Amino acid sequence: MKARSGNPTFTHIKFMENQVFTADKCYHCGTEVAGDSYSFDEKQFCCIGCESVYKILSSTNMCSYYVYNDTPGQKQVHSLKHLEYLDEPAIFLKLVDYTDEKVTTVTFYIPAIHCSSCIWLLEHLHKLNQGVVYSRVDFLKKQALISFRHQEISLRCLVELMTSIGYEPLISLQDVVKENQHSVNRGLIQKIAVAGFCMGNVMLLSFPEYLGLSSFEQQFQSLFGWLNLAFSFPVTFYCGREFFVSAWTGLRHKRINLDAPLALIIAVLFLRSSFEIITSTGPGFTDTLTGLVFLLLCGRWVKQRAYYHLSFKRDYRSYFPVAVTVIRGGSEKTMAIEELSIGDRILIRNNEIIPADAILMKGNGLADFSFVTGESAPVQKVLGEIVYAGGRQVGEAIELEVIKPVSQSYLTSLWNNDTFSAKDDETRTFNDTIAKYFSIVTFTIAITAATFWLMASDSSKAWSSFTAVLIVACPCVLALSTPFTLSAVLAIFDKNLFYLKSTNTVEQLARVDTLVFDKTGTITSPEISQFSFSGELNDEERLLAASLARNSMHPLSREILKWGKAAIYYPVTEFFEIPGKGISGIVNQKLVEIGNVSPHGKTDDLKPDSTVIHLKINNVYKGSFRIKQGWRPGLKALFDDLSTNFDIHLLSGDNDVEKNNLALSFPYPDQMEFRQSPHDKMHYIKDLQSMGRNVMMLGDGLNDAGALKQSNLGVAVTDNTNNFSPACDAILNGKSLSRLPAFVKQAKDGVKTIKLSFMIAASYNLIGVYFAVQGELSPLTAAVLMPLSTITILTFTSVATRYYAIKNNLS
Amino acid sequence: MNILYFLIACSIFLALIFLAAFFWAVKDGQNDDMQTPAMRMLFDDDKPEDS
Repeated sequence: MKARSGNPTFTHIKFMENQVFTADKCYHCGTEVAGDSYSFDEKQFCCIGCESVYKILSSTNMCSYYVYNDTPGQKQVHSLKHLEYLDEPAIFLKLVDYTDEKVTTVTFYIPAIHCSSCIWLLEHLHKLNQGVVYSRVDFLKKQALISFRHQEISLRCLVELMTSIGYEPLISLQDVVKENQHSVNRGLIQKIAVAGFCMGNVMLLSFPEYLGLSSFEQQFQSLFGWLNLAFSFPVTFYCGREFFVSAWTGLRHKRINLDAPLALIIAVLFLRSSFEIITSTGPGFTDTLTGLVFLLLCGRWVKQRAYYHLSFKRDYRSYFPVAVTVIRGGSEKTMAIEELSIGDRILIRNNEIIPADAILMKGNGLADFSFVTGESAPVQKVLGEIVYAGGRQVGEAIELEVIKPVSQSYLTSLWNNDTFSAKDDETRTFNDTIAKYFSIVTFTIAITAATFWLMASDSSKAWSSFTAVLIVACPCVLALSTPFTLSAVLAIFDKNLFYLKSTNTVEQLARVDTLVFDKTGTITSPEISQFSFSGELNDEERLLAASLARNSMHPLSREILKWGKAAIYYPVTEFFEIPGKGISGIVNQKLVEIGNVSPHGKTDDLKPDSTVIHLKINNVYKGSFRIKQGWRPGLKALFDDLSTNFDIHLLSGDNDVEKNNLALSFPYPDQMEFRQSPHDKMHYIKDLQSMGRNVMMLGDGLNDAGALKQSNLGVAVTDNTNNFSPACDAILNGKSLSRLPAFVKQAKDGVKTIKLSFMIAASYNLIGVYFAVQGELSPLTAAVLMPLSTITILTFTSVATRYYAIKNNLS
Repeated sequence: MNILYFLIACSIFLALIFLAAFFWAVKDGQNDDMQTPAMRMLFDDDKPEDS
């Protein structure tokens, strides 16, 4: 960070009538220009970072960036990243998609992409550097595909260029980009296209049959029949293939899923149609067959709802860097993280992540474990102390000695646990349960009908009634109503900032009976903090502190500035900012110091739940600022609401200083556990499950990852969905935490809707079966019944889901 | 009415061409990103360097 000194100018600060301090907005990022404003080209900037981005863009004639959106930039966090590792050939090859002698192509995940200006700027990278051949942005995935001539611009220079204009790619151990590829199921879209094409043609060719053919047109009948049969081939064997595969897999595991009756019906439809057409005994049911497969595939497509901007699969690897600086024989060398071994001496600079458990050997360690625990205040580490992997060093560069390889660390060893290697257990959905009974009932009716006609020695009727029953009693409505209902529920959750991994998760949610909360970051919010000052200050001293804080971009300084509520400020000279320590400067001829060193000269981190910073004026101790994480609003109401229907527990990795405070709002004080390690949390969930509970875990940090994975439904609570969140089944925005009871209610209503739609479908099927058992099912009846029941069901599910959403106040 | 044989062949052939075109588009990745092209088309053409 750069220390600045100089006289601030007051010209841009406006005064409103009520004397509330307001200021211009930064031209680049829209943050209020509160401190020393930076101005260039008559535009105001909040910090040197934003200003330098503007300078780069204006010097290359790219100010259109600011035309498409107001303040399209994002606040520049100054951090000098060390990107030497990008020059290592091994790492280079791992990152790029393609490279030859001249051109290299690479896909970056860039979290900062958020508006059309971002697209414009990133697709005009070639104007900033001639070495870039072209760049393409995928907005939803926040990815940019960049092709460049590596002789003119190296990968490292490219990343540096992007960082300099505010679009730093996220390069981590877990390749988010490569995992995201092929998430669009192209195969399914092609199958739908083929099925739709065949259905359209078959309908057209079957139409004369519905109206009755005159003798003159009889010559076409067999032609139409053969054409229809030809169209059924690709539908059955190409489009319908996955139903057969899935049914077969299910049967091999000795269970009947919904695909089993569906595959049977497709097979029966195809066999009976071919039989009738080949023997010229009838027109067959090719129209029903093609329509059925088309609708089923559409249902599958609706079910595959993808959130490109979220990832539910991330583990610690997506958070850890690719390489680290190792000191060997006095020289620094970049090394891939996997190659780190015990005893290596690593150098961690400001804002870098400590990749493995290590002992602090040199420097002043101040680790920010916010990604791990959700706790935002950095933790002080002294020489010789073990620093666990996952902390982000704040302040000066430190040297550490690795004591465990990356994958064996305290935190990362969580992923070696069986819970993570176990394959996702396919939970039985309502569909699969009903499919079994459905198949049994259908078969019983079909066989009874066939036996009856055989007794009456009418074998052709026996065959036709047997097949007809199977055709009419098609559970296709079930296969459609479930995805449509659940995806409608998902859409409603989506609007309320609750994102589920898949439609099956809705049914999981409906079954939950026990809720386990993590404390820090889940029911407390890093954004809602209580700021207080203990000590005596007069107005003058208050102003001195605020004036000093105004020069710093540190979040705590911004809090002091807000607290100061001053209208005008003193100029500051000799301003110094030591990252992780504090700030100092001469304000109105007085030396003002704000920092985390207490009057006793000791760094104060006794209370992990709050951050304390101290104020000294002219070397006289004045008191301390205290920032405590606040509870999320409506917490008591939420707990009261939940405790009527659910058993709730609370797990915290912190000490129990907050216990009494929490007991006031938490309905089951004896179900609160403190000082829980990540493994403890996981075992706590396991114990609950062994009591037959369906556990929903709400957590936020990496230390909850084990519990989230172990639970029946792991929900990651986050305040910014672009941020990292551990692997989970659902992501909940912190703002919507209070709506949790409504979400569960909506999920239950969703399952109820599916059951109701099944009843409606069953009544349609009864009508069909009435004709079918008599062996009288005409292709026309079948062709009319199926779309009719489908339309009824789809209307019913969408209306019912929206009705419930309004009832649950979720619309 | 024999013309119908020809017409049916024509219609199926035409429909197959469209199906092939759709396959081509999907393979080409046209449906992979439904959002960005809609925003991209609103950008103005690069202005000639005027300074």
